[in-house]
Amino acid sequence: MGILEVKDVNKRFGGLQALGNVNLSIAENSVHAIIGPNGAGKSTLLNCLVGKLIPDTGSVLFDGQSVLGRKAHEINQMGISRVFQTPEIFGDLTVFENVMIPCLAKRDGPFRMHAYEHMMDEADIVAQAAAMLDEVNMTDKRDMHAASLSRGDKRRLEMAMCLVQQPRLLLLDEPTAGMARADTNNTIELLRQIKQSRPITMVIIEHDMHVVFSLAERITVLAQGSPLVEDVPENIKGHPKVQEAYLGHAA
Amino acid sequence: MLGLNRKDLTLFLVVLGLVVFAPFLLNPFPDASGLARFNAGYPDLMQRFVIFGIFAIGFNILFGLTGYLSFGHAAFLGIGSYAGVWMMKLLTVNIVPAIIASTVIAGLASLVIGFICLRRSGIYFSILTLAFAQMSFALAYSVLTPITAGESGLQLSLSDPRILDGAAGNSIPAVNFFGITMRDGFDWAMGGWVFTFNFGYYFCATLMLVAFYLSIRIFRSPFGMMLRAVKSNQQRMNYTGLNPKPYTLAAFVISGMYAGLAGGLMVAVDPLAGADRMFWTASGEVVLMTILGGAGTLIGPVLGAGMIKYFENIFSRLNERDLNAMFDFLPDGLQGAAVAVAQMFVGDGWLLTLGLMFMLVVIFLPGGLVEGGQRIARLFRRKRPARRGPDSDRRSPQPSPHPGE
Amino acid sequence: MDAIILQVLNGLDKGSAYALIALGLTLIFGTLGVVNFAHGVLFALGAFCAVTLQAFFSASFSTVDESRTDFLGNPLKVEVPYVEAWFGETVGGVLIDWSVPLAILLAIPVMAVVGIVMERGLIKHFYKRPHADQILVTFGLAIVLQQIIKYFFGANPIPVPAPDAFRGSFDFGVMLGFDPFTIIYPYWRLVYFGFAAVIIGGIFAFLRFTTFGMVVRAGMADRETVGLLGINIDRRFTIMFGLAAVVAGLAGVMYAPIVAPNYDMGMNFLVLSFVVVVVGGMGSLPGAVLAGFLLGIIESFASMGAVIALIPGINQVIIYLVAIIVLLVRPRGLMGRKGVMED
Repeated sequence: MGILEVKDVNKRFGGLQALGNVNLSIAENSVHAIIGPNGAGKSTLLNCLVGKLIPDTGSVLFDGQSVLGRKAHEINQMGISRVFQTPEIFGDLTVFENVMIPCLAKRDGPFRMHAYEHMMDEADIVAQAAAMLDEVNMTDKRDMHAASLSRGDKRRLEMAMCLVQQPRLLLLDEPTAGMARADTNNTIELLRQIKQSRPITMVIIEHDMHVVFSLAERITVLAQGSPLVEDVPENIKGHPKVQEAYLGHAA
Repeated sequence: MLGLNRKDLTLFLVVLGLVVFAPFLLNPFPDASGLARFNAGYPDLMQRFVIFGIFAIGFNILFGLTGYLSFGHAAFLGIGSYAGVWMMKLLTVNIVPAIIASTVIAGLASLVIGFICLRRSGIYFSILTLAFAQMSFALAYSVLTPITAGESGLQLSLSDPRILDGAAGNSIPAVNFFGITMRDGFDWAMGGWVFTFNFGYYFCATLMLVAFYLSIRIFRSPFGMMLRAVKSNQQRMNYTGLNPKPYTLAAFVISGMYAGLAGGLMVAVDPLAGADRMFWTASGEVVLMTILGGAGTLIGPVLGAGMIKYFENIFSRLNERDLNAMFDFLPDGLQGAAVAVAQMFVGDGWLLTLGLMFMLVVIFLPGGLVEGGQRIARLFRRKRPARRGPDSDRRSPQPSPHPGE
Repeated sequence: MDAIILQVLNGLDKGSAYALIALGLTLIFGTLGVVNFAHGVLFALGAFCAVTLQAFFSASFSTVDESRTDFLGNPLKVEVPYVEAWFGETVGGVLIDWSVPLAILLAIPVMAVVGIVMERGLIKHFYKRPHADQILVTFGLAIVLQQIIKYFFGANPIPVPAPDAFRGSFDFGVMLGFDPFTIIYPYWRLVYFGFAAVIIGGIFAFLRFTTFGMVVRAGMADRETVGLLGINIDRRFTIMFGLAAVVAGLAGVMYAPIVAPNYDMGMNFLVLSFVVVVVGGMGSLPGAVLAGFLLGIIESFASMGAVIALIPGINQVIIYLVAIIVLLVRPRGLMGRKGVMED
């Protein structure tokens, strides 16, 4: 029984079968990549995992509990964090505040009215956030406005915001999309460190095969809304079905 | 001290000083001089400064922090006023119950209205609040006449029950705070100056200081940080396990209570509540005060409120004769033309000036006076290495492009 | 039955005005992504075009009519409008009488220029700014324009009569087979409804059947892509803004005989038109029209004596109540699409 169980998920948009009988089981503390050509249904699947879409049939269980029909913040409170294709951070706030907010959310839940305390008096939160910034080497930038960070630093900050909540499952939606090679390699390195330093399950949705094969322990290939193959990276490489999905029948 | 850091404490003490010494500061010109008309140190105007200061401080908690632009906050001002007068009619002319009722009832109203309006965001929200305010105005003006006295306005009368302080006597007792009437005070003549110290002003000013202090606490609290997060990125907030709705609603209710308090104080200094203070222009005015001073800054709304009320007072009192005197130095023909043009902007034309100010501020100074001040300060500081600090007083009044644009 | 028809008819003229203003708002909103708080003032400007033209045609000079005497036996002084002196009594008289419909000819260029100047001079600079700034700047503009109207025309309403031929009412009930005097309907209101229907039809046809309209509709759906196709969307949007201004202006011109134009009429109509847009569904043109008529008719029913006797003042708030209920039940409005302005 994996930490995330996707069973018989179907999703139609009008006449288009976006997902057809998707079954996935993701083992706890593994790094699982979902790859596939454009239009294979990767984003639809991800949106079903975070509650943004509700599949027509099937179930999505996280740690035995269904995530379907729950709001995004409830899903996060269950222990799922998400990294977006373009980093979603609080641009108007400082880097340090950006990390404090998820700490508070973890400690206090979806809503709590601390309107009178000074935020810097929350010693435990401040310590947690500072330690996290230290881990991602951003301590020197803690008072900068997040919007003025470089692209790579924004990604780093977003990861820090997710990790500081100690999620059990981290969803990464094309974490290196649009990045230069050097930035991509840094991100891979960062993800490796994260994986080594704590127990965490990662699901990576990615185009870039370099990233996938550097990180993933298991790979699911999605084509036309259905899982084609699921195996360890060594077996995915050169798998005829995968080549066919990517290159078409001509191959 | 007071749980504030040094910078905030300094700011608070500056405001405290300004408020306490306002009767001096606002009367810089000797009474006899021709410039005395530009004095503002009389009770009626000073009361308006601090009352609208409260209104704007509250509005800023909603608009400045969360970015939700309400166009209907005057409704809560009006509701507060009506609640206040009713308390005076039913219970006592002591203002304490009146002010408490104003705040609480405006808070309840904003809870209901906010709950509905906050189902939508952005433009929808602005339009919904505007519609609610206009509806409240229509209700107060004609539908609920038994409660609001419609056009003539709700005021105290001899036949009021006033359960606590009895209905004895042939005259309506003056509105008071445990026996001290709002009109109490004394004049202090010194040289050519007369300084007026008025209880009503200091009472309102004290409450404004409390309101200002609370707003600093809110700005610096985790709650305030969440409100800024609402403005910055609701998507990220959701995926961080936070529910933006209750945060925004809480901000809405707090700002509604501030508006109610301001409305209560308005009737405490002058026990008459009219529907016109709920009109859309009144809602627009508080928006202007906030952005003129600097939305999202602590001191901005106070400055903006003072500025607008001061100019309103000066401009709307100027008449043709004053203008003729002002442009006396010009040759006859030019004088006539100048007076004709200037007349558009004074007296009844004050609203035109207000509208123009509105546009100019939004176009050229979206960060308001505070940003303007910072720009000037930066000009003088050019030589020093640019400081990149937390800059904690100014929160993104700059036009930030939409995410993803 | 006859009472119901009467109220529906009574709701049509106000509904037409709401629909026309809301249509313009939606056009601007859908194409430019700007909420124009100054749109109501454009409606008022149109009405004052009618006021101006009537005043212009009626401008007169005094002359002495030797053939007639006043009650003291002196020769009678009469006011002769210039137009009558210039073009003869018949033509001049017709001009004065028909000044409201003629004001359409004046309003079209005036409103187009106002709209284009507004867009090029002000709104254009706000496309990239937050919505709050757009609302604020157009709100300021609305106050300014309103005060300018007040400066020139004063604070009192100025009645503008409709042409003689359309003054008065007719018994619509008899025509429908009811008893006489059950449905008395003023001619001009019927004219107004017909006029609005023609304009609304014209706009829909324009958007449907012309290339220009096609591009605009495409732009409403996805501005970025249309821009990428190399189509100069900006110029078209300027024209759309001008068009929306003209529509609002014409709605105002023809409305002048129904309610005497007042400098603050624009804002009252604007708030209600916003409600109309929200009820109809932001960004939906048919929604704006449908909701405009619907709310106009509902308001008219709420103004019936029997209803007011039951719930005093309901006519003042009914539109808001309906709007609140619609939004609670269908947050996107009657015909709103998903994802319009929901960021």
